[in-house]
Amino acid sequence: MAKPIATLRSASGVPTGRLAVWWVIASEIVIFGGLLGSYLLHRLGHPEWATYASHTNTWAGAFNTLVLLTSSLSAVLAHKAAEEGNGPLAAKRLLLTCLGGLTFLVVKGFEWTYEIQHGFTITANGFWSFYYSAAGLHGFHVIAGMIIMLFVAADARKNQELQRVELIGIYWHFVDLVWIFLFPLLYIAK
Amino acid sequence: MSSHADNHTDAAAHGHEGHHTNYVKIWAILVGMLVVSVAGPELGIRWVTLFTAFGIAVIKAYMVARYFMHLDIERPFVVKLLVVCLGLMFLFFFATAPDIMKHWGMNWMNESAKNANIPEPVHHVAAPAAGEAAPAHGEAAPAHGEAAPAPEAPAH
Repeated sequence: MAKPIATLRSASGVPTGRLAVWWVIASEIVIFGGLLGSYLLHRLGHPEWATYASHTNTWAGAFNTLVLLTSSLSAVLAHKAAEEGNGPLAAKRLLLTCLGGLTFLVVKGFEWTYEIQHGFTITANGFWSFYYSAAGLHGFHVIAGMIIMLFVAADARKNQELQRVELIGIYWHFVDLVWIFLFPLLYIAK
Repeated sequence: MSSHADNHTDAAAHGHEGHHTNYVKIWAILVGMLVVSVAGPELGIRWVTLFTAFGIAVIKAYMVARYFMHLDIERPFVVKLLVVCLGLMFLFFFATAPDIMKHWGMNWMNESAKNANIPEPVHHVAAPAAGEAAPAHGEAAPAHGEAAPAPEAPAH
């Protein structure tokens, strides 16, 4: 079967598939940047939000940061294995990355359940609206990344389409990068 | 479907083959910085909190982008593309900040910010006469030509 054009074409010196991932990330910077910029503006304009922020669980946020950093490590190690032509090892490391994403979502689920039970819902006030919007949008990206990663791992296990391991890795590192900024904004600045 | 050999050639074409950073070491540094960012606010010093929370976040992001996303060996135009998008984000922030971060203006007042427990600034203006509205907490006196908000001004 002929390989897709994204794998073979490289008009800019960067394979088209990887270039597409960079374009996705460039647009994501604007999406998350706009959201976080708006949050920061409102946070500075509403000193009373510090009181609401004090209800977020710093330890849960820190644990999730550790989980995402570790999942980024396994993603980059999967890329290394793919470069060495070891598809099954790359697939195994991608599955570990997925496990990290799942752990992140489970912790987030417990966290949100506790907060909602205590009346901190998305409609409670501006702070909680931003909190659920930003963390929810990020969580959606985690879920999307995990689904794509499962498909890439299935191919990699058979030593097929190994170049995709790097592409999903770049996306996953970006998801980690967004959380690196969400963590101090939502959990530490109180 | 492609063969293993084809894929290996493709990986080499990416230009990232042979680039072996000690990823575990980078991860350990990132985790160390995470510990510092959590411990920093415990000291209760504002500038330490700001640095350990946001300064370290910037350093962590730089390390992830450079070593994990391999931006250090990526084509320069990709880096420029991402920097332009970051620039747009800052443009949005600084273009709207002067307006949004005000607590009151003509015919409106941010009541919740006004009522927040924030330190009273020292004003070098005469105290308002009885019945006149005082400026909100944390705000300077209105500039010349700018109307002070009436007591019945709608809440923001």
